[in-house]
Amino acid sequence: MINQYKFEDEPELKDLFITVDDPESHITAIETFITYRVVTKTSRGEFDSSEYEVRRRYQDFVWLKSRLEEAHPTLIIPPLPEKFIMKGMVERFSDEFIETRRKALHKFLNRIAEHPTLTFNEDFKIFLTAQAWELSSHKKQGPGLFSRMGQTVRAVASSVIGGGVKDRPDMFTDINDYMETFNQKINLIDKISQRIYKEERGYYCEMKEYGPIHTLWCASEEDLVDSLKGVASCIDKCCKATENRMAGLSENLLPALHEYVLYGEILTGVLKRRDQIQADLDSKVDALSNKKTEKDLLTEEIGNLEDKVECANNALKADWDRWKQNMQHDMKTAFLNVAENNIHYYEQCLATWESFLTSQTVDLHLGEDSEDKP
Amino acid sequence: MSACAEGEPSRAPIPMERPEAEPLSASGSCQAGEAEAEAGSGPAAEEPGGRAAGTMMEDCLSKKIEITVSEAEKRTGRNAMNMQEIYTAYLIETRAVESQTEGQCSPPDSLWRRYSEFELLRNYLLVNYPHIVVPPLPEKRAEFVWHKLSADNMDPDFVERRRIGLENFLIRVASHPIICQDKIFYSFLTQEGGWKEMVNETGFQLKAESRLKALNATFRVKNPDKRFTELKHYSDELQSVISHLLRVRARVADRLYGVYKVHGNYGRVFSEWSAIEKEMGDGLQSAGHHMDVYAASIDDILEEEEHYADQLKEYLFYAEALRAVCRKHELIQYDLEMAAQDLASKKQQCEELATGTLRTFSLKGMTSKLFGQESPEQREGKIKVLEEQIHDGEEQLKSKNVEGREFVKSAWADIERFKEQKNHDLKEALINYAVMQISMCKKGIQVWTNAKECFSKM
Repeated sequence: MINQYKFEDEPELKDLFITVDDPESHITAIETFITYRVVTKTSRGEFDSSEYEVRRRYQDFVWLKSRLEEAHPTLIIPPLPEKFIMKGMVERFSDEFIETRRKALHKFLNRIAEHPTLTFNEDFKIFLTAQAWELSSHKKQGPGLFSRMGQTVRAVASSVIGGGVKDRPDMFTDINDYMETFNQKINLIDKISQRIYKEERGYYCEMKEYGPIHTLWCASEEDLVDSLKGVASCIDKCCKATENRMAGLSENLLPALHEYVLYGEILTGVLKRRDQIQADLDSKVDALSNKKTEKDLLTEEIGNLEDKVECANNALKADWDRWKQNMQHDMKTAFLNVAENNIHYYEQCLATWESFLTSQTVDLHLGEDSEDKP
Repeated sequence: MSACAEGEPSRAPIPMERPEAEPLSASGSCQAGEAEAEAGSGPAAEEPGGRAAGTMMEDCLSKKIEITVSEAEKRTGRNAMNMQEIYTAYLIETRAVESQTEGQCSPPDSLWRRYSEFELLRNYLLVNYPHIVVPPLPEKRAEFVWHKLSADNMDPDFVERRRIGLENFLIRVASHPIICQDKIFYSFLTQEGGWKEMVNETGFQLKAESRLKALNATFRVKNPDKRFTELKHYSDELQSVISHLLRVRARVADRLYGVYKVHGNYGRVFSEWSAIEKEMGDGLQSAGHHMDVYAASIDDILEEEEHYADQLKEYLFYAEALRAVCRKHELIQYDLEMAAQDLASKKQQCEELATGTLRTFSLKGMTSKLFGQESPEQREGKIKVLEEQIHDGEEQLKSKNVEGREFVKSAWADIERFKEQKNHDLKEALINYAVMQISMCKKGIQVWTNAKECFSKM
């Protein structure tokens, strides 16, 4: 719970610090919803103040994401936590659900802040600084979600109907292939890790019952009280250590894995949008070769589209490299953390059992001495 | 083994020869056994030289011969209803301790026995040594199993654990100062053929107290020795707490198995993932290998823990043996109380007849009132019969009292011996458990340290 404000890469160059915390419930006549406090600290000139505190609800984050996707169709926009997971026994407003969501929202904003391009996005700035009413009025302006949806729908349709885009650069085909396998594997690892968490929790529950039985036994065994109490205490300590190990999983590995599970869909969307941009170009080129009239207009349009395609490709390429680096770093960190937690867990348990053993063998030696007396 | 025995006639009465010969000592175990069953007194009172049971440890059979149950084998045979059955036979090997220390390594004597023969032996010991806490057998069917272990009696792991349990049983009997001398026990170890018939010929089944009679005594006895009442209470608690412990331990084992085994899935997926990664590939692949090692390590760990569970189970079953001794005490005491009651009522009858007064209501009194007094001759006759009965009754009561006291004394001596053994064994078992946990932790540290190094190379 403590150290969630992780500073990535180079802390010295960072000039924008964002935290998401303090979930609060709001009940109106129509609905119940949660708002989160978003605190921003910055030294950037374009911000009027150096500190901001606003409250945002999930809808607001969704709006921000769609604005970013619209402005930068071939950049990899970080994932938002899911709307509501039907599976599992987590209730919509349970503490567990809210906390998981809060952590993910925190991660979302920080990823944007670290992105070389997105960090300077105007809507992002407004999101961080505007008061509630200011944000509402700003939202009403500009293209809404619907135009964005249309773009993706077309992109999906074209990819389904037209098959692969012709002349798609190999690089992007490679990325596509990679993501197919990556998605599969990361999903599996996510499931495996969640299963491990469940088994560890089950183990913890049983251990909680196991220790006290030894204490109960003491009541009928005068001569074994020390040994039994010792074992009970060891088991209780191991129980606590298991709790810590579980916490490590739920705080580090599980959220990290889940984020990359969500990235799968995002990358697929980015690739499709890039393909769509190229498809637009290709169709215009085809039109040119067919049409006799309006050649000049078309040629100009094609020129623009060619630039657009080149920009999109470069943006995606750069962002892809960046994403891969981050992924490598994040996975490495997450699994190192798991290994360290496990080592720590076993070291704790080892220490407690060893000290019990020492206490018992000392007693035994004392006992043996007295038995030797005639 | 016979060579060994002949050299030591001065040693305590342990029949070392083949059962056909007469046992050395006057209190040959066969005779003593039968005498004990009737009088209920321990051999401690009869031992030539009057040696107490405590110093008998030196002369226990276990010090003379080494007993092992070394093998288990599947056999087919025909059962009582002439139907074919499959059972497991166990090889019992005995070897004189002396021959080993002298540098000779003579081959062991051996014979095969099946579980039902062990049961027969134990039942025989229970009947003939009711004042002894008779060591229990390993369980007939696998209980307190967690999901991976099968409850099948033919399962090799179960058979292996049973083999160890049977060996433990024989060593316990051989280490007990009193029952180790039993002739039937000795034949069990040394005489393959005809042993069953020999046991049945002792007629011990007839001496066995019926469960109903024992239950009756338990409810009706008025003045049992307080220590036995406490002991019964203790054995109930022991049984209850160990059962509970074993049940939860099985559930813990189940969960632990789950944790380890699911990690094994990482191995396969990491390997597949490493195929598409350039820089991360090696680290992932090798980390995956360590996850496989981790997952596999739980099998040995839990197999070892099963032995710990068996140690606890032995004392779970010992609780029943303790209760058996308590039941015998209750039977003897009840018998005594009934005899005393009977005697008292006869005395009263006698007095009433002699003085002609009726103290209490009795049917006899009523009928004599209704149908007239008896003649003086009749009355004299009755008094005489009663006086004889009273005399016999008093003699019987005396011997029953002695029997009762002897039983309490010898039973309590064995219970004290048992308590010491139990404290020692359970303490050792708990220490063993700690040792196992330590080993498991060390393995865990090693695997995850290796995995950590692989992850750092990602």
